Amino acid sequence: MRNKPLRSLSTVRAGETVKLARINAGQGLKSRLTAMGLVPDVEITVVSNNHPGPLVISVKDSKMMLGRGMAHKIMVI
Amino acid sequence: MKKITVALAGNPNSGKTTIFNMLTGAHQHVGNYPGVTVEKKEGSFKYAGYEIAAVDLPGTYSLTAYSMEELVARTFIIDEQPDVVVDIVDASNIERNLYLATQLIEMDVPLVLAFNMSDIAKQRGLHFDIEQLSSLLEVKIVPTVGSKGKGKTELLNAIIETARQEKIERTHKVNYGEEIETELAKIEALLASEEPQLSKRYGSRWLAIKLLEQDSDITKKIHNKEILETVITSIEHLRTIFGDEPEIIIADRRYGFISGACEESIKSSVELRHTNSDIADRVILNRVLGLPIFLLLMYLVFKLTFWVGDPLMGWTENFFGWAADTVAGFWSAGSESWLKSLLVDGVIGGVGGVLVFLPNILLLFLAIAILEDSGYMARAAFIMDRIMHKIGLHGKSFIPMLIGFGCSIPAIMATRVLENRRNRLTTIMVIPLMSCGARLPIYALIIPAFFAPRWHGLMLWLIYMIGIALAIICAKLLRLTLFRGETTPFVMELPPYRIPTIKGTFIHMWERAWLYIKKAGTIILVISIILWAATSYPKLSEESLAGLGQEQVQEAELAHSVAGRVGRALEPVIRPLGFDWRIGTALIGALGAKEVFVAQMGIMYSLGEVDEESKALRAELQARYSPLVGFCIMLFCLISAPCIATLAICRRETNSWGWALFQFFGLTALAYMLTFIVYQIGSLIM
Repeated sequence: MRNKPLRSLSTVRAGETVKLARINAGQGLKSRLTAMGLVPDVEITVVSNNHPGPLVISVKDSKMMLGRGMAHKIMVI
Repeated sequence: MKKITVALAGNPNSGKTTIFNMLTGAHQHVGNYPGVTVEKKEGSFKYAGYEIAAVDLPGTYSLTAYSMEELVARTFIIDEQPDVVVDIVDASNIERNLYLATQLIEMDVPLVLAFNMSDIAKQRGLHFDIEQLSSLLEVKIVPTVGSKGKGKTELLNAIIETARQEKIERTHKVNYGEEIETELAKIEALLASEEPQLSKRYGSRWLAIKLLEQDSDITKKIHNKEILETVITSIEHLRTIFGDEPEIIIADRRYGFISGACEESIKSSVELRHTNSDIADRVILNRVLGLPIFLLLMYLVFKLTFWVGDPLMGWTENFFGWAADTVAGFWSAGSESWLKSLLVDGVIGGVGGVLVFLPNILLLFLAIAILEDSGYMARAAFIMDRIMHKIGLHGKSFIPMLIGFGCSIPAIMATRVLENRRNRLTTIMVIPLMSCGARLPIYALIIPAFFAPRWHGLMLWLIYMIGIALAIICAKLLRLTLFRGETTPFVMELPPYRIPTIKGTFIHMWERAWLYIKKAGTIILVISIILWAATSYPKLSEESLAGLGQEQVQEAELAHSVAGRVGRALEPVIRPLGFDWRIGTALIGALGAKEVFVAQMGIMYSLGEVDEESKALRAELQARYSPLVGFCIMLFCLISAPCIATLAICRRETNSWGWALFQFFGLTALAYMLTFIVYQIGSLIM
């Protein structure tokens, strides 16, 4: 599975489910996302992804809105 | 009677507030944690012979040092040592919510878990083996439904039992895996020998974990070089093993511990792929439908505020009229007592003038509370985000701006939801441009005086729109200059839709409305008295008033008073805006509270008591000024210096006189400039 190329969450289309690989962000942001359930290998379902504007994702039974800038920094498989 | 302190912790949207309301009822007190603008809610009640004081900690996902809220919650637990910490867990979103619980367990506090919204969890087909989960986590677990008041007695009993219990020695702890545990053990041993006091206070394991997590607050507390060096070596060692920050691995292990516990004790009977919330979101967050639905809801909010509010406002006005008459009745007719004048014109006139809007403001806050409690507000932030992003703000900034149409004070306080300081300051600076409830009487006086009935609606709409447009431009400019910087990426939970509870909604509404009432009772009261004195003193001598009618006396006295003199002195400055000294004097009054402008204009034209419906005052205005001047008055009142109460709250929330004064003078300068341009160009055309 590690052979599949990483891509940014912002490129994932609505309806797709992906796995989190890593977050390219500073400590504060990373910790915040981690606390909200965005840990390595967690399944993320993209609910809505309309360009421009934020994304809506679903992680561990909760839905959240994610700024596009932040979605760029989240790498998924 | 024995006393117990209970701290409520929990994720945002876990229903923490409903549990707090369920426990304390209306006996709540809202304040701030010392030194920070994080709201602190407290309440107390009696149960089974105990006096229980409950503190609502800020809603957090974690207990790191990265955010003010988390630090405040953590510091409270460590410093105040509450007898029991109740962690409110959203039972329908158990894994994410238990993350906070694992950290509370690590802090070794006497803990009770409230599995809230257990009814929704059941609907979703989740079955909890509470007993097993309780023994795995070594805490008492009570299922609750805060919105329906279910589980209250059980929760209270669990709180009391836990408070009476001896501290338990935990056997099940999150196991961080061999590599991390080895490093933890090394650091723990050093802490115990080198920093015995800190270790005693915080627990050496917790301290060691925090140090590996590179927690800035805890690292600062350690002065021993050996410990700090060991921590750095450990972190580097772990980094090379895992290829990631130890902090992330630690978080991952906590989630692992949670899923292990959940796997054994939670069974999901039905696989519900699409909940009602998902279906609702398909429509509400729809690319095409989202914005129209949002606009419709906003329209309904304003319709409710003004259509239902206006008759209620009439009653409040009548009440203050009656109060003024009753108080005046204590003196004989025609009496010139200064005390009577102070009470009737100063206190009742000033404070009453502000409280008249209470019905409108209550309704606006009620509508906002319903939108917030139902979960729609987070969606509104999503829908508005694209637009707000263009001016360099978040969708979240939209909520305080909406409240600004009611009153700037709760609006500025509502900016606390914005984590980024630059975003927050920008939002605070432009909030007064949202035409607040107090400016409405000025428009209501001026518009019918100068414009034909068919233009009334349009004029009012225009003036509100000018405010919004200016707010957008100013926000953009501020973000490009003073508050330059990247728009911070943001993340916000979209809570499931819920039917708001009546009690919760009213408490929510009341919290904001109370700020407004408090402003009327404190700042406005003082300012009203000062303005009353400024418009009443110095008095003219009896001789110079001889032969004048009663109303002419009033006018002459006002012209002679401090306010009149300042107004006259200002005349050369405001002449280019089309204003005379009378308007200038009334504008000084408007500094206290915008709506005072109307009352002051009444006095200025010797009309005695007037309100915005006064035909005599409108006739007087029409005779003296052109519609252009009328428009300029509205424009100036819309933009210029926010009221004194806003100045005070701005200083408190920004923690700086600099920003408060910047807002005060900046907006006044902007008002002057724009009104100048409009009046000068308007005069040329007309």
